[in-house]
Amino acid sequence: MRGFAILLGFSFIGVVIHDTLHVPLPGNVIGLLLFLGCLFAKIIKLEWVEESANLLTRHLLLFFIPYVVGAAALVPLLGNDWVSIAVGLIGSTFAVLWVTGKVALKMQPKEKEGSQ
Amino acid sequence: MNFLQDPLFGLTITIGAYAIAKGLNRKLPWLHPILSSSAIVLIVLALLRAPIANYQVDVELLTSLLGPATVALGVPIYKHRQLIRERLAAISVSVLAGSITGIVSAGLLVYVTKGSHEVLLSILPKSVSSPIGIEISKLVGGTPELSVMFSVVTGVIGGVWGPAFLYRLGMRDPVSFGLAMGSAAHGFGTARSLQESETAGSFSALAMGLTGIVTSLLFIPIYIALG
Repeated sequence: MRGFAILLGFSFIGVVIHDTLHVPLPGNVIGLLLFLGCLFAKIIKLEWVEESANLLTRHLLLFFIPYVVGAAALVPLLGNDWVSIAVGLIGSTFAVLWVTGKVALKMQPKEKEGSQ
Repeated sequence: MNFLQDPLFGLTITIGAYAIAKGLNRKLPWLHPILSSSAIVLIVLALLRAPIANYQVDVELLTSLLGPATVALGVPIYKHRQLIRERLAAISVSVLAGSITGIVSAGLLVYVTKGSHEVLLSILPKSVSSPIGIEISKLVGGTPELSVMFSVVTGVIGGVWGPAFLYRLGMRDPVSFGLAMGSAAHGFGTARSLQESETAGSFSALAMGLTGIVTSLLFIPIYIALG
């Protein structure tokens, strides 16, 4: 439970910072940055949090189900714009996958290829 | 039906649907668990005529846990710090290119297909996770509810069909794979990448966080241009 408490604590601190200092990033991303900072500074030991973190990240998809259900409920309300939305979302998602992946692959150090 | 009022109802069907979806995925690998689990929840809610608004209150525990689950992504990132340091140039350039592509391509596609102005403004931050998308949407005058939906649907598209697309393009390197998935499909892409390998997952988590930051920064000039 120590791991869970630490992860919850960082997530909560992130929300507090977001609300009080109006940092233009969501609380969970601020919490992630602070948590990484503490891991690098060795204030938090990896073994304290590893087990809890693995449990949460292994089931990351579970936490998205409520969002997908909420999004599906809105689909009938889109009206005439749905074609434009579908083209925009599908086209743009594949464009980002392609551009990011290609650029990353191009910039990959050549000598490392064998070790992957 | 009083039992529908109990928060345990929403939690049970969600975690139950997730468990069933995971099992189904082993037999039918093409059926992504996020699609089957959400479909099961929607069907159960429809059959019992349970309002979605009540369901969303029931599962607030799960949506709150997304916070610590995001923080937990620091663990795979930290474990791969050596590889991240080696690939720092590739990470920053590819994420910047991906972030710009996300905003520009979404805006252009909606513009050429004659979507409404509201849709155009709301779709711009679709590549970032919904909490960031909401803030950006408010900033440029979009509709935050639409932006949340666009960001979720983007996550589903990238998370479900992204890997097949990347493999077809020959991107088997876990670093490029993870960066592409995280930058295109935020948390959904990261969840999917983690199933692929811990390396892909950690680069996806990193790309997701960086895309959020870069996209927020890119919107400052857009905001100023919109006056």
